[in-house]
Amino acid sequence: MATIQVDIVSAEGAIYSGEAEMVFAPGVLGEIGIAPRHAPLLTHLRPGEVRVQPPEGEEQFFFVTGGVLEVQPRLVTVLADSAARAEDLDEAAALAARERAREALEGGSGEIDLAQAQRELVEAEARYRAAEKLRGRR
Amino acid sequence: MAVGKEIRTKINSVKNTQKITRAMEMVAASKLRKTQDRMNAAKPYAESIRRVIGHLSQAGPDFHNPYLETREIKRVGYLVVTTDRGLCGSLNVNLFRALLNDISRWNDQGVEVDLCILGAKGLAYFRRLKTNIVSAATHLGDVPKVADLVGPIATMTGAYREGTIDRLFLAYNDFINTMTQRPTIDTLVPVEPVDAEELQDHWDYIYEPDAAELLNNVLERYLEAQVYRGAVENVACEMASKMVAMKAATDNAGKFIDQLQLAYNKARQAAITQEISEIVGGAAAV
Repeated sequence: MATIQVDIVSAEGAIYSGEAEMVFAPGVLGEIGIAPRHAPLLTHLRPGEVRVQPPEGEEQFFFVTGGVLEVQPRLVTVLADSAARAEDLDEAAALAARERAREALEGGSGEIDLAQAQRELVEAEARYRAAEKLRGRR
Repeated sequence: MAVGKEIRTKINSVKNTQKITRAMEMVAASKLRKTQDRMNAAKPYAESIRRVIGHLSQAGPDFHNPYLETREIKRVGYLVVTTDRGLCGSLNVNLFRALLNDISRWNDQGVEVDLCILGAKGLAYFRRLKTNIVSAATHLGDVPKVADLVGPIATMTGAYREGTIDRLFLAYNDFINTMTQRPTIDTLVPVEPVDAEELQDHWDYIYEPDAAELLNNVLERYLEAQVYRGAVENVACEMASKMVAMKAATDNAGKFIDQLQLAYNKARQAAITQEISEIVGGAAAV
């Protein structure tokens, strides 16, 4: 089966590089699935998980807090803002962050503006879902 | 025998200092290696993002993106990357000198200067000089994080977008090799357009949501990546410079110990000679 080269890079270093049969990414306008020879595409990413299905072995999960996705027919590049291996995700920390964001939203102390808080909530939820999914697989 | 007690104490204290400087040299050497790895790790991101900007600006040359427009200069901003700690030779001082030259040149033209300082050393220095410090971040550590840099960068790019400043520079030390670090001042904004010829196999993308918005977003990330690179290079420079400075200090301490040892031996010899001559003199007198 045809494969596509996937590079996930962040400003702090390369995170993943390899062949894949299929890549899924959280685009701003919705989840995107990329198969080999996809049309060239540029889009933002929402906080969420990037899934890579290599020809052999298990599906790989990467959490991104946002970024840019570039698709060329034989190459997918994810310019991640901050991508950590999903294994590294601390579920408790994600929950705490979500709690903090929610409190800030409800408290309305005015210290954090609403947009920021909402963004944090989305991010915390995505983190939590990624961690949850990972736990389910074990 | 109490001969040369002061000298012996002094020798011991210099030896202790030498141990410390030698340890610092080795620590700096190992950190330098790790930082160089980090510099290389940042490269693929920077290259990819530059390519994406090239494609985006090709897609619509008529975009009015503030980051790409050159304006008449009335006020400029500098992002200054310095170290948090001293004992790294003339690294910071060289950068400050280059920067002060620039600042006085702007002042001569009646252009005001805003500073954003990263690193405790720079903050201490420029606070004394009564320059206009807009924002600052210190204690970024040996492993700078993009997340820590976003705030200070946003203050400057925000000022640029609002038109408070018309040009933004990045001042940092460029890592050339272990012996050479060059104070460098680069223009950060307006961003130089990417040469169209650089783009191999150029094709049109599908843009989601649209190219103008994407371009703005990607440019901000590009600026962050640039500042991050400056910060990492500056850490590499700090470590290289510290290594060299500490090596010199260790060598100097060694020389100093040799001199003191010589003085101590002479004093000891003199005391023995004196004692013998006293005994001989005493015996002769009897």
